Amino acid sequence: MAESTNPSLGGRAAAALLSAETRRKALAFASLLLIVVIFSFASPNFFQTPNLLSILLATSVNGVLAIACTFIIITGGIDLSVGTLMTFCAVIAGVFITKWQQPMSLGVAMALVTGMVCGLTSGTCVTKLKIPPFIATLGMMMITKGLSMVISGTKPIYFTDTPGFSSISMDSLAGTVFPSVPLPNAVLILFLLAILASLILNKTLLGRYTFALGSNEEAVRLSGVNTDRWKIAVYTLGGSICGVAGLLMASRLNSAQPALGQGYELDAIAAVVIGGTSLSGGEGTVLGTIIGAFIISTLTNGLRILSVPQEWQTVVTGLIIIVAVYLDILRRKQRRTSAPVLAPAPAK
Amino acid sequence: MGEALVKIEDLVKTFPGVVALSNARFDLEAGEVHALMGENGAGKSTMMKILAGIYTKDSGTIRYLGQPVEIPSPRAAQHLGISMVHQELNLMNHLTAAQNLFIGREPRHGLGLLLDEKKLNEKALIYFEMLHLDLDPRVRIGDLTVAKQQMVEIAKALSFQSRVLIMDEPTASLTTAEIDELFRIIRDLRNQGVGIVYISHKMDELKQISDRVTVMRDGQYVGTVPTAETSMDTIISMMVGRTLFETARNAARAEEGETLLEASHLQRGRTIRDVSFKARSGEILGFAGLMGAGRTEVARAIFGADPLDSGEIRVKGKRTPISHPRHAVAAGIGYLSEDRKRFGLALGLDVATNVLLASLTRFRTRVGWMRSAAMRSLAEQNIKTLAIKTPGTTQKVNYLSGGNQQKVVIAKWLNRDCDVLIFDEPTRGIDVGAKQEIYKLLNDLAMQGKAIIMISSELPEILRMSHRILVMCEGRITGELSGAEATQEKIMYYATLRETMVAKGEGLHG
Repeated sequence: MAESTNPSLGGRAAAALLSAETRRKALAFASLLLIVVIFSFASPNFFQTPNLLSILLATSVNGVLAIACTFIIITGGIDLSVGTLMTFCAVIAGVFITKWQQPMSLGVAMALVTGMVCGLTSGTCVTKLKIPPFIATLGMMMITKGLSMVISGTKPIYFTDTPGFSSISMDSLAGTVFPSVPLPNAVLILFLLAILASLILNKTLLGRYTFALGSNEEAVRLSGVNTDRWKIAVYTLGGSICGVAGLLMASRLNSAQPALGQGYELDAIAAVVIGGTSLSGGEGTVLGTIIGAFIISTLTNGLRILSVPQEWQTVVTGLIIIVAVYLDILRRKQRRTSAPVLAPAPAK
Repeated sequence: MGEALVKIEDLVKTFPGVVALSNARFDLEAGEVHALMGENGAGKSTMMKILAGIYTKDSGTIRYLGQPVEIPSPRAAQHLGISMVHQELNLMNHLTAAQNLFIGREPRHGLGLLLDEKKLNEKALIYFEMLHLDLDPRVRIGDLTVAKQQMVEIAKALSFQSRVLIMDEPTASLTTAEIDELFRIIRDLRNQGVGIVYISHKMDELKQISDRVTVMRDGQYVGTVPTAETSMDTIISMMVGRTLFETARNAARAEEGETLLEASHLQRGRTIRDVSFKARSGEILGFAGLMGAGRTEVARAIFGADPLDSGEIRVKGKRTPISHPRHAVAAGIGYLSEDRKRFGLALGLDVATNVLLASLTRFRTRVGWMRSAAMRSLAEQNIKTLAIKTPGTTQKVNYLSGGNQQKVVIAKWLNRDCDVLIFDEPTRGIDVGAKQEIYKLLNDLAMQGKAIIMISSELPEILRMSHRILVMCEGRITGELSGAEATQEKIMYYATLRETMVAKGEGLHG
């Protein structure tokens, strides 16, 4: 879905197959398939529709957060606040819908607006106040975490009075149309959002500037582009995507859990990095991120089915991140040395 | 002659601690290539960056087509039709050629929501064809050669309908064939009435391409002459000026010391080409040349900071392979970077730590504790012998003046007992008084039998300090002069002696 840069398909298809970009994506996808195959052999319970559906469902929230991170990381920044911001948005929805008895649509809208405003704030801190993204979003992480606690009184807010709310995530629109595919809406939303994000990244001005800022911000500025404004727009978009994640999360749990959220940002960043997006900015794809998110959740699920303790699951995820990034570094080095630069020849 | 396209008068620009421009002047006609020359730091780039809206002026006037204008931003310059192709190209490596060309002006469709990639590529192709440039607009910039990248920058300037095109050292990293191609494009543009400012150090290029030359020195206007009627010697003497201080030269040494460092046939891509030289005990060997001539590259390669393609390094006659700075340090070679704040010092740490940074292992006891009393006493000794002005060993080095910081770096290498010390621009950013002290220190070190290699872009400094001078141009050593026979003119001659000129057999004096 992120693959849309090749205008003429015919003759170029062969060349594209060999391009480094394609190879990398194929590698990520192949790793995912390999993991699936290994677990399928290892346990008869793995490749079963209910389990596959649970993997999909488990990926939905992290996948959406990872999409938000993808944009920001491509600009060369980082967002540590996505997890707690997600929770904050869920709490806001809970306050409007359950505490103040407002219509569900208003609650949903307010959750998205909250995400947007927080993203806008982070973006403004990064650009106008020149606070490094790591610090600005670290601050935003703690602020949103604290506010969630304050507003909710540290207690979960349930949506039991609003039966429609849990159907956002758990009903299956796809299942009513195609009964053989009982895909929960949360997964559908993840896929639709991924397609939309991919379109934004590759087809719109915002996407173009996202890459350009990460590639060489000074060059963009010298080209007469208002770089601050576009960077703020990227953080704002990231924030509103966190709002979507918050709604998915709250709807799945049928409650807003104010204590949840911290730690999610690291899973999201891990998915982005495994998906081949460079932390130094300028390159990355939504497809890669989604594959990265699936690699993480498939591993977690498979290891659990094999009764590997949760502590070890975390260790494995950590190893995977390091290996994935090391492979990426190797690939980059290869590309650089393919230029006719001679190897260092120490005199003997 | 009609109205000047650009007329700059009384331009002043100061940076903290430095007057970059004082009463600078420049004018540009439509349809001319106007070369801007001067030594490093003469203010050429600064003046042009003001014209391109990158810096803002302190005072002075800029007239564009007769009207006084303010150029507060690059965008404002583009609106006027002024574009600059920077020395360090300003491109986004991850984007395609066409995407780079139209950054900030992307054609769109679908109610302005979607990028029109097809139109983008078509439009880019128009400008590439205008330049007779065979280039796929969809290719990633990072995958192109520097020459092609530069052509894309020029195409970008063209696409703004620029009437003024500023090129800062455009040929710095191009091959001869690529330069010919660039000149063809420049002539085309000139014939279309574009005014081109051409900043370069390369004398022969100016003869080929420019109509007039303006020379700057120390941020000031020296003069403007028509290229065709002016000899290179005249231009060089305008650049170096006549107000030399010929004081206290280091005469050539009577007896030759032992050869401490011998480099033969060093080779590294296009930046170091067949460089061979010897540095002897008791000698200050000056490396002269213009920016980008490859002097720093040679120093870094000898120090093991960059890998060599081939070549041999001998230290005290012994063949010494160096592929990492630790090998160089072990062989007794010290390198004092031109950017001491970045590469030479731990700014936030104190004087004692910095002077001992390269020799900390000596002060480790068997259990792993550091012998702080011994460290302090050595640091105090350093402070005394080098006359470092600091309240004490615990002062953080970022509170010291530039000259004293430099002394701290020197102390660091002296503590390693280095025999060969490579100084890269040792007095950059140091005030006049402190310069004298550094000079004295260099002389003392040479007297103690060390081999001193001094890279400097300041000709008076090279002339004053060196016993022997090697001049580099384009990665090659183009000349060797003894301290006694060297003059600014001779150095400048070799510093601009490009390969093409040697091949054609026409020197500057020819």
